[in-house]
Amino acid sequence: MENRSIVSIADYRKDKIQYLLDMAREFETHPNRELLKGKVVATLFFEPSTRTRLSFETAANRLGAKVIGFSDPKATSSSKGETLKDTIKMVSSYADVIVMRHKLEGAALYASEVTNIPIINAGDGSNLHPSQTMLDLYSIYKTQGTLENLNIYMVGDLKYGRTVHSLLMSMRTYNPTFHFIAPKELEMPEEYKLYCKQNGIKYIEQQDFTEETIADADILYMTRVQRERFTDLMEYERVKDAYVLKANMLGKCKENMKILHPLPRVNEIEYDVDDSKHAYYFEQAQNGLYAREALICDVLGITLDEVRNDRTIIK
Amino acid sequence: MEQNKEHMMVAALESGSVIDHIPTDKLFTIAQLLELENFKEEVVIANNLDSQIMTRKGLIKIAGKFFSEAEINKLAVVCPNIRLTVIKDYQVVEKRQVTLPDTLTNIVKCANPVCITNNEPMKTVFYRMDTQTLKCRYCGKEQKLKDIKLK
Repeated sequence: MENRSIVSIADYRKDKIQYLLDMAREFETHPNRELLKGKVVATLFFEPSTRTRLSFETAANRLGAKVIGFSDPKATSSSKGETLKDTIKMVSSYADVIVMRHKLEGAALYASEVTNIPIINAGDGSNLHPSQTMLDLYSIYKTQGTLENLNIYMVGDLKYGRTVHSLLMSMRTYNPTFHFIAPKELEMPEEYKLYCKQNGIKYIEQQDFTEETIADADILYMTRVQRERFTDLMEYERVKDAYVLKANMLGKCKENMKILHPLPRVNEIEYDVDDSKHAYYFEQAQNGLYAREALICDVLGITLDEVRNDRTIIK
Repeated sequence: MEQNKEHMMVAALESGSVIDHIPTDKLFTIAQLLELENFKEEVVIANNLDSQIMTRKGLIKIAGKFFSEAEINKLAVVCPNIRLTVIKDYQVVEKRQVTLPDTLTNIVKCANPVCITNNEPMKTVFYRMDTQTLKCRYCGKEQKLKDIKLK
């Protein structure tokens, strides 16, 4: 049987991404259905992540599936030394799909190799987080009407920010122009700049974050600059306020510009920005629900046509 | 004269394998890797021999030993350009340049401590990106051949 797991979407072709975006749009129109009635979705969170887990569980519940799982690895047999393989094998005999978060990199890929039921990677360490990428793509598509030829500005921690790396890779076929705005210590790693060069992706690096430098952005993707990422705390003190978005910086920005943030935010977007028409981070989180409904259906072999012709919609 | 001697050493082998063109600084790494101390049959280890290709080289001759593909792949990781000669009944039956294969299964240890392969009883898989670089199938981290540790 073909393994329909979603471990990464970085190598997805355009038509597949469009297919999932179209499916997410269907779920946005009608989020509540009984399409997955009789199915069991397991959410195995070997590493706690309340936000992602609630989003997946809501998606499963709104489609009529039953949800089993755990949110704290301390309460499971993995804390007794059970291998990941054994846990996955055991749960595979109960559930139709496994959504998993793990602190180790490559855990989701390995899990997908030891079971016949599909795995959805809900984050494996600092490696991949495809459902976040999917909701980012959906948010960009929804607000801009296209993924093509956009100016995407990434701000803050570009070194450790898993979401910006995944987004960068998944945008490769859409002719974006990236602007990487980060302090020296947290700039975009060489391997991703090399990836851009190899794939003909245009990018500009800068350290200044001002009203002028973001005037041409279609998407302003903010990330959190975390204190613990700095080896030099004096450097942190110097830059910590330099990458904070304030409402008075939005005067020159484009009409269509939207601000995204994977959340949680701490202080990198001031609260007065929330009232701006450009603020989109809360809607972005809501889009996560529709994107995840699409991902769960896709791995279970439910097609876009079936979603469109679904007679189980609850109005 | 040196070459004649070497030729004699190889030719004198009835059946077994000769690993040639070993960089002189890698000879003892290879000897250790092959656990030569456990072999009961004749083993010849030579170093700093004259070489037309590499000025100086090392050479190991092992009677009665025929390498499996997995063992050859291991050698390829440590020394990508060695030459392997297989001898049976005093005849050279195979002579090949050992090259790094496209995929290495369960030979290399991932250098990333938070890679799943270092925390689960499982096989590692590495892909060759270029002559000097391998990439872990699981965590995706690239590693330089010179820094590689074997499993």
